[in-house]
Parts: sequence; C-alpha cells; structure tokens
Amino acid sequence: MAKYVIVGASAAGIGAVEAIRDVDPVGTITVISEEPCPQYSRPMISDFVSGKADFNKMKCRTDDFWKENNVEALTGKKATALNLTEKTVQLEGGEKVAYEKLLLATGGKPFVPKMEGSDKDGVFTFTTFKDAERLAAKIDSINAKAAVVIGAGLIGISVTEALLKRGLKVTMVELQDKILSLLLDAKASDLVEAVVRKAGVNIVTGQSVQKILGKPDNEGVVDGVILTKGDQVPCDLVIVAIGVVPRTELVTGTAVKINRGIVVDNMMQTNVPDVYASGDVTEAYDFIMNQNRLLPLWPLAVLEGQVAGYNMAGKKTTYMGGTNMSSLKYFGTPIVSIGLANPKEDPALEVLVEHDAERNVYKKIVLKNNVIVGMTLVNCIERAGVLFYLMKNAINVKRFKQKLLSDDFGLATLPVGLQRKMCVVQ
Amino acid sequence: MKRIIAKQELCMGCGLCEVYCTVQHSKSKDTIKAYNSERPKPISRVRLEVNKPISFAIQCRHCEDAPCVTACLSGAMQKDEKTGLVTHNPDKCMGCWTCIMVCPYGAIKMDQQGKVVAKCDLCQGLEEPACVANCPNQALVFKEVKL
Repeated sequence: MAKYVIVGASAAGIGAVEAIRDVDPVGTITVISEEPCPQYSRPMISDFVSGKADFNKMKCRTDDFWKENNVEALTGKKATALNLTEKTVQLEGGEKVAYEKLLLATGGKPFVPKMEGSDKDGVFTFTTFKDAERLAAKIDSINAKAAVVIGAGLIGISVTEALLKRGLKVTMVELQDKILSLLLDAKASDLVEAVVRKAGVNIVTGQSVQKILGKPDNEGVVDGVILTKGDQVPCDLVIVAIGVVPRTELVTGTAVKINRGIVVDNMMQTNVPDVYASGDVTEAYDFIMNQNRLLPLWPLAVLEGQVAGYNMAGKKTTYMGGTNMSSLKYFGTPIVSIGLANPKEDPALEVLVEHDAERNVYKKIVLKNNVIVGMTLVNCIERAGVLFYLMKNAINVKRFKQKLLSDDFGLATLPVGLQRKMCVVQ
Repeated sequence: MKRIIAKQELCMGCGLCEVYCTVQHSKSKDTIKAYNSERPKPISRVRLEVNKPISFAIQCRHCEDAPCVTACLSGAMQKDEKTGLVTHNPDKCMGCWTCIMVCPYGAIKMDQQGKVVAKCDLCQGLEEPACVANCPNQALVFKEVKL
C-alpha cells in the first residue's frame, strides 16, 4: 500500500509531490496519470502549435522528476473507480491501488456544447499536449487554410494566435458581446479586440456555432460552420475553446461531495477523511469573492496541490486562496487582470481608470474601503505584482491612492514601514 | 543567504546601478555597445524606484518561498535549494508574464523586446554584484539578510 496516492500528474499533482517530499522524504507516493509523457506545461500547447516550442521546451520539470522524488509513477493508466471504504483506486484493467491519503487532481476537461456536426473530422478541443499534437499534424496533413475558433477566452485567444502564426485565416466566435469577457471590462476588451482584428483575425461576437458542416463529397470532414444568425463561415478546422469543466467522473456516485467541482475546506480536504482535492477539479477559495469556486488556473492549481500535499504529510497548512487572475502575452499586448476587474455598478466600489490611447495603455484599479479588490493593466504590466501584493494583503491604500495609476508607481510609493516590512530598504 | 539591500537615505537616484547592471548582462560588456548597438538590447535587472525625494534600487529578493517559482508555467523559474538563488532559464521561458503578475517587488522585467523575462542573478561569478560594487554612494549593500 502506498502512503500517498495522487490521481493526476499535472500542476496540482506536481505541487503535491513536491510538498510531500519537502516534509516526508520516505513515505511511498504513487501517482496515477492518464498521460504517458513527462510533466509538461499545458499553457504552452499553443506555443507547440505555432512552432515556437517543441515538447522538450514544454517540459516543466526534469526528466527524472519521478525518480528524484522517489515516486512510483503509473503513467498512461486511467483511474476508473474509487472505493472509499476499502481505500482503493481502481485502474483500467481492474488493478487496485490502496492508499492511506488520496489526492484527487484529475483536472478539467474541455467543455463541448451540443452542436450538430461536432463529431466531424477536423473538430478539435485544446487542452492537452495530445490535442496540440493532433492539431499541428492535421494542419500539415491537409494543408489547412482556415479555422474557426469557438470561444474568445484564454484558450481561444492563445490557439487563435498560434493558428495565425501558422498562416491560417482565423475566425473567432464568441457567444458573449465581448472577447475575454471573464477577464476584462468593455473598454479593455475593445482595446484588445482592435489589436487582434488588426492582426487579421475575423471576430464574431454575440453568436455561437449552431452547426458544423461537412464537405459535399465527404460529409464526415469539416467544410465550414453556420453561426447562430445563419451566416456561413468556410473552414477546414474547428477548435472548441470554450473552457474546461471539472473531471469529477471518478468521484461521481461516491460520498465525496461535489458541487460544480469537488468541495474542499481550506486545507484542501474533501468531506471524506484522508481524501483531498486540488486544481481544476476543485472549488477552491477565492479571497476576493470570499467563497469557494472554480478557478481553473495553473498557478493556483500548483498552490492548491502544495497545500494538499503538506496536509497529507501531516504539516498543517491553510490555503490562503487565489482569485480570477491571469496574465496574457498574446498579440504583442501584455495584460494582467486580477480579481473584481469588471464589477457591476456598486456604490461601495471606487474605480480608478486611466486610458492613454496614444500608447494603447489602459489601467484600472477597483477599490473597496480603500483596499484593492480588482485591477486590469494593458501594455504596462511590470509593476502588476506590487499591486497584487497590496490586494492580497488587503493593505489600505488611502494615503497613496492618487499615485496608484501613475507611471512611476512602484515600491517607492509605498509607506516606509511597508518598505521595511518587505525588506526592500534597510 | 547574502542579498542586496538598499540604504534609501544614501541613494542619490543617479541610476548608475542600472547602467552597470545592463553592461554586466550584455554580451559585449562594453557600455557604448551595450546601449547603442547590441541586439537583443541588454536590459538592467535592477530598477531605480523614484518617488521624489525618495529613491532606491530594487532587484529580485530571491525569496525563500518565491511566488514566481510556484506560479511559473514553464519551469523556467526555479529555486536553487543549495545556493538559495531564484534562477531563471530564458531558454525555457515562454514569456507568459505570470511571474510578473505575482512578484511583490515588481522585480521581474520584460526582455528581448518582450519575449521572455529577466531578473537579478546576483552577478554569479563576481565577488559582489555589479550594482553594489559600482554604487558611488554605497547605497546598496550585499550582506546576509533574512526575508
């Protein structure tokens, strides 16, 4: 029997292994992973498609990661069932792995809405290396000329840029009125949209794809799509990039509590003793919204995995929480957006905004009782982390509020006491 | 570990720390070439923070529990357990800016015309980091600091 069993070997699983080994060098760890390849960065799969990165560059840990951490890695194997009473995980083929402490880090799977023709050859999702590999191979094999990307969020915009770099004509279709609507307000979204359009992308908002069409001579192969309003867009490829939903199938029907994702406490423990969950499969704490919710983001998954790992190994650790936070690199437009960056009208909130059209710079900070609760920075992100620090530590910014948006805002703007606390000055 | 810390009251805001850092991290190690002709343009990994009359230089703190390392999407940012250094491998960097988003010090910069990040490496191989050694008013010190 392994002391620790981890299902899933991406961000959360890696974080957990490292945390466990930080405090328990000898306890046996077994990791079950469906993917046969070494640890790689899923956010990098668009760089693989564009040709900017090969698999070697995508590897986010050393080749000997399992060995170095003394992990028994059951890679290329799928966990199919969970028995909480006998404390075992069953693998495809029937083999059972017993655990003392279990981490569910099964991640997310792409959400594919009901759409006529979504089973045609040329329709892709975009989450794993395998997806990227298949897409890149397809582009080459059919010499693809045009693609429709469904969804203009993080995944959508990343795959759009990659396809554009490969020389394809890309149409991005977004159901919301704005692109990146979960991250940006209307103004910032418009600014980015203009850049993306200028790069040659056709953007359709307020619509979705109602039907994927097949070729006249081969119905099973993608030839185009029909949008909600009836317009037809010819294409060779359709990439469904709407988002991910938690992969909860392993726990469905067990005593482990699931809401939209697996429900955990602030130690990343589920309602079942000795069973933990982390990463995209989990509803973890959002310190801005002050509630647990789905936040499928790589850095948060690593942190959550670490917290679970420490607690599994007996070092009591509390998850301080994350929030909706992303940095974007696409289309030469660096963006950082964190927390309540696009709030509804609320008299309790104070919004500071600056837009410099000439430099295409946009800055927005949302305050509640003089504490930063949201921010968006476009084309001026180098000091984003200082603002995030103030946000995360709920520091009252009243005394220097008027400087938050200025170009020279930085550590020198902060009160001396805080500078000392942060060890930036003696 | 030994870290760089600023004596704010001694800093004149001259910016020479940035100049020496830039040159130290250039290919040519020559001031004129580094600033005028070298491509990709070398950049300073130290930043002079100014809020007149206050100024001081800031560079990567090499945090014990470095948020940039945890957040790094590509594995480019690592904590060297032996030396304590937070190291950055530009060949692995995907330029996603996640480290910039989470660095409390704003100490990570965009490099090579916005393709990857760059940060202080404490001038490995030198007895003292270039910014410390060349500060005309000794406003930067290199000493044991606990974070």
